[in-house]
Amino acid sequence: MKLAILHELNVERAARRPAILVTDTENGEQRLVKSADFAKDPLHAELDKQLRMGKSGNVEAGGKKLFLNVYAPTAKLVIIGAVHISQALAPLARSLGYDVTVVDPRTAFASPERFPDIPLVAEWPDTALPPLNVDAYTAFVAVTHDPKIDDPALLHAFERNCFYIGALGSRKTHAKRGDRLRAQGAKDTDIARIRAPIGLAIGAVSPSEIAVSIMAEITAVLRLPPKEKEEAA
Amino acid sequence: MLDRDEDILKAAEDWQKAGRGVALATVVETWGSAPRPAGSSLVINDEGTFLGSVSGGCVEGAVVTEAMDVIQSGKPRMLEFGVADETAWNVGLSCGGTIRVFVEKVG
Repeated sequence: MKLAILHELNVERAARRPAILVTDTENGEQRLVKSADFAKDPLHAELDKQLRMGKSGNVEAGGKKLFLNVYAPTAKLVIIGAVHISQALAPLARSLGYDVTVVDPRTAFASPERFPDIPLVAEWPDTALPPLNVDAYTAFVAVTHDPKIDDPALLHAFERNCFYIGALGSRKTHAKRGDRLRAQGAKDTDIARIRAPIGLAIGAVSPSEIAVSIMAEITAVLRLPPKEKEEAA
Repeated sequence: MLDRDEDILKAAEDWQKAGRGVALATVVETWGSAPRPAGSSLVINDEGTFLGSVSGGCVEGAVVTEAMDVIQSGKPRMLEFGVADETAWNVGLSCGGTIRVFVEKVG
């Protein structure tokens, strides 16, 4: 691998931008495709598929055998609300490979006793969120039930284009939330992005089961192609 | 997406910039039960220091030896390890899988 390519790859990885290294395994020729260049690449269908699955693999193109090595950022999960569901959700998400952070300004909730080994930020979203570098590889979940905490957090998630945004609450609660967010400048397309009621409909009852339904929905949004994603929702 | 090999490629770049000969070995294909998926990598320098893994310990020794040749020659090569392979009796995969590993020089 040329040093210039390795350097570019490390720059992309440090910036949490996905990239795919294409190697002709016959002769060692390589090129790096950055996420910004996927759409115009001749292999874009293959690149999109491998990236979505987060899997490296081989393809044949133009009589060449090519290895596509996928470098995708580690997904993050930001949980707003150090509530009972979050106590089940945080370790489950971590076991699935997510970098997890829990945010809740209420120190009685955001206590290390309740969340052993999970990074906790006991601050209001406006203070807590900017340093977390919430991005397109972040799943964002708001589960406090308190508009003072959830609403500003959701506005931040819209701005950062999180790949998944979910919020706890019934359809009725969610309709009211939509009205409040619109009043604060959110667009209808932003509000339509919120998965609410949160999680796949699997009849979840306990906090742990709700955590499973949330992680199942996040996985579906991450991995399924757009059409099947809508069907799963 | 959930690649935790954060520091391996950084080390490859740092070692190369520090003047070391460096090779990168990458799993490009697996069959059957293989311990590390395609894309897993091992970086090796000319002192024999290595980081990462391509098999979880079964064949790294052999990969490091081949990597020394690649650093010398500059020519990439493809290695294959598995139970059907003659070398498997020396350095095979006890899990019964087969892996192909692409070894290339950095720089």
